[in-house]
Amino acid sequence: MPASGLLFLVAALALIGWVSARARAARFRAGTQRRFSSLPQHHGWFVALCTLIPALLFLSVWQFTSPALVTDAVIATPAAAALPPPGLDRAAILSEARNLANGYAYGAFHPLSSRLAPAYAAAQDRFDLIASVAALLLAFAGGALSFLAVRPGFSARTHVERVVMALLLAASLLAILTTLGIVASLLVESARFFRIVPVADFLFGTHWSPQVIDPRDPGASLGAVPLFWGTFFIGAIIAMAVAIPLGLMSAIYLTQYAAPATRRWIKPLLEILAGVPTVVYGYFAALTVAPAVRELGVALGIANATSESALAAGLVMGVMIVPFVSSMADDSLAAVPASMRDGSLAMGATRSETIRQVLVPAALPGVVGGVLLAVSRAIGETMIVVMAASGVATLTLNPFASTTTVTKQIVDLLTGEAAFDSAKTLAAFALGLTLFAITFMLNVVALMVVRRYREAYD
Amino acid sequence: MTERQPTDWRAPAMQRRLRRRYAAERRFRLLGLAAILASAAFLAFLLVSMVARGAGGFVETRVALPLDLSDVRIEGARLMGPGADLALAGAGLENAVDRAADAAFAPAGGAAILSDGAWLVVRDAVKRDPGLLGRRTVLDVPVATEIDIARKGRGTPEAEASVRRLGDRLSSGLNTDFFAGADATDPTRAGIWGALKGSLLTMAVTMALAFPIGVLAALYLEEYAPRNRVTDVIEVSINNLAAVPSIIFGLLGLAVFLGTFHLPRSAALVGGLTLALMTMPVIVIAGRNAIKAVPPSIRDAARALGASRVQVVFHHVLPLALPGILTGTIIGMARALGETAPLLMIGMRAFIAAPPDRLTDPATALPVQIFLWSDEVSQGFVEKTSAAIIVLLVVLLAMNGLAIYLRNRFETRW
Amino acid sequence: MTDHAKITAEGVNVFYGAKQAIRNVSLHVRQDEVTAFIGPSGCGKSTFLRTLNRMNDTIAGARVEGDVRLDGEDIYARAMDVVQLRARVGMVFQKPNPFPKSIFENVAYGPRIHGLARSKAELAQIVERSLQRAGLWNEVKDRLSESGTALSGGQQQRLCIARAIAVDPEVILMDEPCSALDPIATARIEELISDLRGRYAIVIVTHNMQQAARVSQKTAFFHLGELVEYGDTSAMFTNPREERTKDYITGRYG
Repeated sequence: MPASGLLFLVAALALIGWVSARARAARFRAGTQRRFSSLPQHHGWFVALCTLIPALLFLSVWQFTSPALVTDAVIATPAAAALPPPGLDRAAILSEARNLANGYAYGAFHPLSSRLAPAYAAAQDRFDLIASVAALLLAFAGGALSFLAVRPGFSARTHVERVVMALLLAASLLAILTTLGIVASLLVESARFFRIVPVADFLFGTHWSPQVIDPRDPGASLGAVPLFWGTFFIGAIIAMAVAIPLGLMSAIYLTQYAAPATRRWIKPLLEILAGVPTVVYGYFAALTVAPAVRELGVALGIANATSESALAAGLVMGVMIVPFVSSMADDSLAAVPASMRDGSLAMGATRSETIRQVLVPAALPGVVGGVLLAVSRAIGETMIVVMAASGVATLTLNPFASTTTVTKQIVDLLTGEAAFDSAKTLAAFALGLTLFAITFMLNVVALMVVRRYREAYD
Repeated sequence: MTERQPTDWRAPAMQRRLRRRYAAERRFRLLGLAAILASAAFLAFLLVSMVARGAGGFVETRVALPLDLSDVRIEGARLMGPGADLALAGAGLENAVDRAADAAFAPAGGAAILSDGAWLVVRDAVKRDPGLLGRRTVLDVPVATEIDIARKGRGTPEAEASVRRLGDRLSSGLNTDFFAGADATDPTRAGIWGALKGSLLTMAVTMALAFPIGVLAALYLEEYAPRNRVTDVIEVSINNLAAVPSIIFGLLGLAVFLGTFHLPRSAALVGGLTLALMTMPVIVIAGRNAIKAVPPSIRDAARALGASRVQVVFHHVLPLALPGILTGTIIGMARALGETAPLLMIGMRAFIAAPPDRLTDPATALPVQIFLWSDEVSQGFVEKTSAAIIVLLVVLLAMNGLAIYLRNRFETRW
Repeated sequence: MTDHAKITAEGVNVFYGAKQAIRNVSLHVRQDEVTAFIGPSGCGKSTFLRTLNRMNDTIAGARVEGDVRLDGEDIYARAMDVVQLRARVGMVFQKPNPFPKSIFENVAYGPRIHGLARSKAELAQIVERSLQRAGLWNEVKDRLSESGTALSGGQQQRLCIARAIAVDPEVILMDEPCSALDPIATARIEELISDLRGRYAIVIVTHNMQQAARVSQKTAFFHLGELVEYGDTSAMFTNPREERTKDYITGRYG
């Protein structure tokens, strides 16, 4: 990893370039009345950018290539002769040695890695030195060449602006890159998982118990149907049974009945509800709601009522989603033209008749889109179910019984120091891929519905 | 077709019907009010129960401990400078404190009623006043968590009995360890500073990446992007990323930053990178709305003066849109600050007893700390968890309040 | 004249917040006539129209002073029920605003909420008669279940008239009902207004003087929130008493 001192040096070179180019441009402007296409500072920026960009590009490419070079160099040392053949152990030892050399870790599990650490450090120092010299040379060359280009007729501004545009485009492309990164990383790890466990076993199997995986038939205990059902049960049924009525009625009251002064008070209140972190909701669900729900279940005579019930997690999740549903419904109702409301009121309809029979049906597509987004949020919600739902996967319709979800299982599977490519860890990525695919579809459909609806009344 | 009689609005049947309709109207209106009140009641209940549980976390119980430190022998010179802690530990200070407690509180439980950190308080007192070593004195030191909880009214019967025996030797004071310390196994010593510092470092990384990239992307999409397939893909990606479950970003961080780039586990750097990817779309969307609100006439005016496309945007559009962008950024940062799940994925859930100093040090974050404490069985951690939640909520409320203030203060109607 | 008056307004003032939109307007609307309100845009004619069925109530900050009576009943009295009032005084808006429901449901909406039909058959009868009176029956009788918003603009406006008729009102208020329509559709609506005259008291706001001359018996000319002149349409267009009316009619301003 190049030291921050190197970056500082490159930046200093750029600053020198900026100052000197600006001064040079100012000098040749001073004598004449001619108009130039670029101001001195444009020339300054041009030289500074020409200094920075090649060096930074080189360094970022180096970031990706140098670890491989360093590892090769380490393997070439005599100490590495004792390394086991390529495989998990070898990778673990090398990674430990790297952590020791970088000071991320202080003790080693494998004795070999502490012996390799000095070799690692030496190789890293050597390559760092090469990189530093190369980066500085590049920066200097870029700066010097561009400085020579600073002449009265040179349009530095267009060049600088072109770089700015490239920067803007690059920033936007990062969104695609992130999406691709998510898809790629989930796909790669899931592909490894599906080499161990058949897709059909995972998608349609009804037995989930990752604690005991039979190595001969790992698919038998990795059937995710109970998780899908639990996720759907908590996020799409129980939570929505709370969030839709509360959110919709809140929005109706706020937009149709509340005085503007009341609205000014209640809206921030809902925003506070939306701003409470999920870990707080989870704690509240586990500590306060879950025991109450269990007592209710026992009082109702339900034998297997647990304090890790679907109902507790779903109820709290529903309340968490209320502000979201409310604001989506609020927007949809506001988009219904006032003439609809007037038309109904002018016929002698009461306000509630107008709302129920004209406004809500007219706003329905927008509300439905909002609800889809809310469902997508609920099924991806993690902390509430991690803290309040159960780890036991059961296929049940009983809201008082223990139920688990996809997100809860992802967290459970990745907790503890399991090897990175055991079936258990990889299963987390397969679950993640499923979750991503479902929420992606929900989001795209919902956003499309909402946009169509907005356009319909524009 | 027969001609209808004109409607007789005064007919009793009509009047009855009308009364029913008005009753339905009132019911519906009440239902709306009830929905809002239900949400408000839930919020109030949540806040009140957190405060009720957590207020005790800011207070610690101390006991007046009579000490005779004449046994502890140490040269005065070693009490100066950085070696003092080590010197005092080596001189048997901890044992001396335990012996004093055994002698003073034998019926109440002896040394067991003291917090693990009690002798550290004595150590610090000695460092401030080396003269203590030679004489008898009485110091207020923190008690063990059972006693602390019992005094606050939630303890076991045995601990309650100890509290009664100790009587007015117990006192209460502000728990400074809670604000200055890091995680610990003994709840009386556990503090949030370590987690808070981890959160601050993480947020610094997130802000440094998400804000500039988000603003630049918003400018590009709103001001320059041509209507083509690439732009469409960018838009779909951003809108979708804003709604992708946070845990997926955690999996991305795990696979890419830890798995591919071999960045250190549990580090604020990785947490910040992961949260930056999550926060960026939020900033882009807020930024685009703010930029859209700048009227085109301003762009036309600047362009008519011969400003280039880049100058129009950076000299006119961006400054006018900045308050809106900042509001969106603060809200996005507040969301990132309260986020837990992705940080669990990249290993920021370890027990970390020292506040992180560098971005690559193992760290935890405040919401994760809350999650970790919530798993502890000890009663002492229940109030610490709630107290940490109060701190987190206060920070988040302040951020949201600032965003609302900014929005109202700078909201411009064109 | 008073004995035939359906609506009487005396000394009406309307305020929007601090702004006064209507100043001291008094006029009578007769049962058997079409009354037209004309005047330049922003003169308050629509505002005044909306005081006659209390639609101004729906605008925050609007305040009405003065005395407005329907058949001698004070419509701003506390005992007046606004739901009944609006059922008795129907309204057609400037832009056609059919509900996003089927054609049948659009017309059936009013009778349903007011409980005017005792059976499904009776409701169907009301819908058919209303559509016939609005001159739309023959065009839509085979597609009553299609959405009302799928009709053409002129058809939509006649649907809105049918919707108003279905509640069996005594007065129909029309707020520039043709301003969003093409000339052919406008002609049909005007024809329809003439057909409906006598059955309902009709008040129509228009900025089109020819339209007022064609359909109305009485005309009121509004300017800057005041009622400048009110009288027989034929007299006003041939021999206006006021200078401002003459200037407006001859096209000096507007």
